[in-house]
Amino acid sequence: MDKFIANLTDALSNSALWAEFRAGIWETLYSTIVATFVACILGLVLGVLLVVGEKDGVRPLPAPVMRVLNFVINILRSVPFLILMLMVLPLSALLLGTSIGTLASIPPLIIASAPFVARLVETSLREVDKGVIEAAQSMGCSPFQIIWKVILPESKPSLIAGATTAFITILSYGAMAGAIGGGGLGKIAINYGYYKYNYAVMLIAVIFIVILVQIFQSLGTWLAVRSNKQLTRTRRRKKRKSK
Amino acid sequence: MIEIQHLQKTFPTSDGAFTALDDVNLTIRDGDIFGIVGMSGAGKSTLVRCINLLERPTSGHVVIDGEDMTALSPKALREKRRSISMIFQQFNLLMQRTCLDNICFPMEIAGVPKAKARLRARELLETVGLPDKADAYPAQLSGGQKQRIAIARALASNPKVLLCDEATSALDPTTTRSILRLIQDINKRLGITVIVITHEMAVVEEICSHVAVLEHGQVMETGTVEEVFSNPRSEAGRRLVFPDGVSLDQFPVARVVRVVFNGGSSYEPLIASLAIDCGVKVNILGADTRNIDGKAFGSMLLGLPQDNTEAAKAMNYLKSCHDVTVEEVQDYHG
Ligand SMILES: Nc1ncnc2c1ncn2[C@@H]1O[C@H](COP(=O)(O)OP(=O)(O)O)[C@@H](O)[C@H]1O
Ligand SMILES: [Mg+2]
Repeated sequence: MDKFIANLTDALSNSALWAEFRAGIWETLYSTIVATFVACILGLVLGVLLVVGEKDGVRPLPAPVMRVLNFVINILRSVPFLILMLMVLPLSALLLGTSIGTLASIPPLIIASAPFVARLVETSLREVDKGVIEAAQSMGCSPFQIIWKVILPESKPSLIAGATTAFITILSYGAMAGAIGGGGLGKIAINYGYYKYNYAVMLIAVIFIVILVQIFQSLGTWLAVRSNKQLTRTRRRKKRKSK
Repeated sequence: MIEIQHLQKTFPTSDGAFTALDDVNLTIRDGDIFGIVGMSGAGKSTLVRCINLLERPTSGHVVIDGEDMTALSPKALREKRRSISMIFQQFNLLMQRTCLDNICFPMEIAGVPKAKARLRARELLETVGLPDKADAYPAQLSGGQKQRIAIARALASNPKVLLCDEATSALDPTTTRSILRLIQDINKRLGITVIVITHEMAVVEEICSHVAVLEHGQVMETGTVEEVFSNPRSEAGRRLVFPDGVSLDQFPVARVVRVVFNGGSSYEPLIASLAIDCGVKVNILGADTRNIDGKAFGSMLLGLPQDNTEAAKAMNYLKSCHDVTVEEVQDYHG
């Protein structure tokens, strides 16, 4: 305990350490943002295919295609993240010339989270009222118009909420990546807490991660509620409070 | 003109094929308000969905203005659907769009320039009586207002046919009446053919010119509303016109008779057969009857129609009934 307090006072006055935290926060942010962005695009495409491609979907795809798609997504989702990361790192080396550091952790983050995002998107899109899709069909919408002008806009609030969940999941994956050569706050926490038994620094790193999660969750919830026109103004206020 | 020819629709289910439509044949003339009425599960929605091919018929044809819907390519079908609008029980508005943008939607699909579409949408808001709701979202509207927006949206593509699937079934009676009046008005002013699907005879009575009675996927009878109402020929038609076994129409009463039941068959069939066999509708002004083992005891006051020959017909019929005595009440005060 004495050691912890000594470490803590030391950490709080150590400007080199604070520079390290600043860099760590930046690395965590940019790897998470880049990975979330790419994973959301991939996940959106896959999620749309999962929903519109099924047998009585808007644009049915051949059953074997759907089976392969579901199979690949399930496999990727069932491999634990750390192991998947180790398996994908050679790809980073191939693509980016390095398998160590923040940059190298981005491709594995994308590959690990895109299938998860696809399932989130799938859930959101399935919430769109079948009757509304039918109404659009009755007006002569093409399958593409239904996806682009009905399904996606109608599920926008839910998709924003899903993107927030994706962001936070990828942030925590990124922290784990610190254990195997990734950068960011996760690396700082593991370096100090695991290798140097400096729990004070680890705690500070964790606190930063918690703060980032809180900020982005609040932002995401606010955006999702604000964009949802299905909630009238009073109900919207109530909903925001209950979150 | 809409011609439905030998339409058959079967759904594969876990216990074999289910026939939802069985050799349906109908002709709907331009400018008519055509009612399709039947109990829940009769196949009404399936039938109307076969008209714009939301549901593909198993066999048979839907011919609209000489064009066989079932033979169109997907692209031609989408094109054709723009001239056949549909409104629904659950309104099916886009919840994330304003009312104005909802009305613009079909024009957006058809590639109408945005400024022109908005202008037309504002006109349509006027038509349906909601000019101040342009920027409101559907969640902020009442059921009746939502259906008005849905009607405006349906009109945006200048359709020739309007399909209404239980369009008033989620609304209260007053709102139902105002929506029906709007539909009638649209039919008159724009000459749009309207097909009204409903399980309520009152809706048919209110606005339809022709009606088809559907039961178990079959058309049991079809004709003008007057024909079917005054003399329903099918069992299904009679059940719909006289849901309680009697006509519930109210009309001015000229003569009142007291009918005393002395243990004959119960009174409902008597009133129903009075309507069916003689074509005379009577008002039940009051009744104090008891059914004992399916036999009726007690008395009932009936109001006879003003038409003397009709009233005489009814009197003769009642007098010919067993176990019933009839007497005229002179000083009845309702
Ligand atoms: N997709 C479907 N699969 C199987 N059965 C169906 C399907 N759609 C409708 N049905 C059946 O067809 C019958 C008629 O349905 P519907 O046309 O909705 O009746 P209505 O609109 O007159 O209430 C019902 O018994 C219903 O269960
Ligand atoms: Mg129905």
